Amino acid sequence: MATAQTRTLSRIMMAPAVIVLLIWMIVPLVMTLWFSFQNYSLINPMMTGFAGWANYLYVIGDPSFTQSLVNTLILVGGVLAITVIGGTFLALLLDQPIWGQGILRIIVISPFFVMPPVAALIWKNGFMHPGYGMLGHLWKFFGLQPVDWFNQYPLFSVIVIVAWQWLPFATLILLTALQSLSEEQREAAEMDGANAINRFYYIILPHMARSITIVILIQTIFLLGIFAEIRVTTGGGPGYASTNIAFLVFRTGILSNDIGAGSAGGVVAVVIANVVAFFLMRAVGKNLDA
Amino acid sequence: MARNVSVQTRIGFTIAAWAIALLLFSPILWVLLTAFKTEAEAIASSPTFFPQTFTLENFGAVQDRSDYFKHAFNSIVVSVGSTLLGLIIGIPAAWAMAFAPTKRTKDVLMWMLSTKMMPAVGVLIPIYLIFRDLRLLDTLQGLTIIMTLINLPIIIWMLYTYFKEIPVDILEAARMDGAELWNEIVHVLVPMAVPGIASTLLLNVILAWNEAFWTITLTSGRAGTLTAFISSFSSPQGLFLAKLSAASLLAIAPILLMGWFSQKQLVRGLTFGAVK
Repeated sequence: MATAQTRTLSRIMMAPAVIVLLIWMIVPLVMTLWFSFQNYSLINPMMTGFAGWANYLYVIGDPSFTQSLVNTLILVGGVLAITVIGGTFLALLLDQPIWGQGILRIIVISPFFVMPPVAALIWKNGFMHPGYGMLGHLWKFFGLQPVDWFNQYPLFSVIVIVAWQWLPFATLILLTALQSLSEEQREAAEMDGANAINRFYYIILPHMARSITIVILIQTIFLLGIFAEIRVTTGGGPGYASTNIAFLVFRTGILSNDIGAGSAGGVVAVVIANVVAFFLMRAVGKNLDA
Repeated sequence: MARNVSVQTRIGFTIAAWAIALLLFSPILWVLLTAFKTEAEAIASSPTFFPQTFTLENFGAVQDRSDYFKHAFNSIVVSVGSTLLGLIIGIPAAWAMAFAPTKRTKDVLMWMLSTKMMPAVGVLIPIYLIFRDLRLLDTLQGLTIIMTLINLPIIIWMLYTYFKEIPVDILEAARMDGAELWNEIVHVLVPMAVPGIASTLLLNVILAWNEAFWTITLTSGRAGTLTAFISSFSSPQGLFLAKLSAASLLAIAPILLMGWFSQKQLVRGLTFGAVK
């Protein structure tokens, strides 16, 4: 069916998309790489020239980098643990015969459609504020001292907010996977006398494995770049207690105007993301023909 | 699901599911209720559930303080504009890949997906400098371009998975019947492609509306979208809890409604067709 004519036509049809994405991928990335080896500060225009590895040594050698890297890993790992385990549990529950399943689905998915700064500010002011937040009221009700969440547990607080946003996503995808499990398979297992726990381990979990992998990989991509939630709540602090790599690059490059060092941080962020992307591509690629 | 369970079990599951769902929903419910309270009631030491004195003054105050309508207009321009631009570029590409696939189609698709993996901070600085030099900082044009680029891979992937499901045989049958190309497009192709395109449009408007990295870093006063509008509420000033709620409600309500209609497409779009 692919005649020479259709082949030419399809190349022309694809050209705009390929060209803009090619430019989008290559130009800024090459510039980031270039800047990362330059002395380039917007505050001190006299400082120019080739910097060698100085920017990288400066960024990676600074204690704030190690802390940001650890924070990034805790943030991603913490949110993944909550959303995957919680999402599996919720999906199993929503798959049971319950009244109002359709409305429940809509209620559960809602947090995902709340824009990140709104989510962060609701939690910061409405729930986690020690003075008038709902959690503060709850603590007082039980006769406890309200907790100043963002000062005492800044990273944990950010994890809670982000997990709240992504739990619906995990639940929805796992529920979709669960509902594609054929009824015959379940009934056969039930007839064979498999109890609920065995059914979960030997039938449901293997069936959901692929979707769980996809949830983990897609969330990781988004979670590595968490920004707005930090920006409007803690501003990365106190100190660097809730700064992740993404926020560190913003802090260095834009807030401190150190283009060279910020770019070096950006390159490091790209390298980290690429390691993750490698695995995602393999997982999604495998499913492409199916 | 038609499984035979006792009524008691069913009641138990229903109560558990509703309890957890409402717990998850409580922050949104809080916004909805607080937006209509007075500031004094919102921070009262013994919180109320329903507003005791129902008021709309917060919405007016928010409009006066930060000009909601301007930011909402910017959000609409950027999210709808970037989605339409993305569709114009994406539809031909997805169409070509779905109906005239070659050996390299799969590689091209995977490569497009890979551009989505690039962390925004990795290219923030060059984009910021390029935009500064081209005077695109804090403009709707600049923001629309960026939004188009970051969502283009998702647009193409979604369209591709939808177009893939259109049976090629029908096109050939129509051609056999002597349908002219124009008739073929209008009567056969468009009706089959529209649902997929509509879903793609919906999901991408939502994603662009909620995007909060580029909208915050590349705008200040003029081109700020609702994400930037709401971020300006991050430092509390006096009595502001009810106003914050009103602002939040205004920012999320339109997209929440759209989201409820598009939850199925969300699964497909964000998993790049790997989960349907």
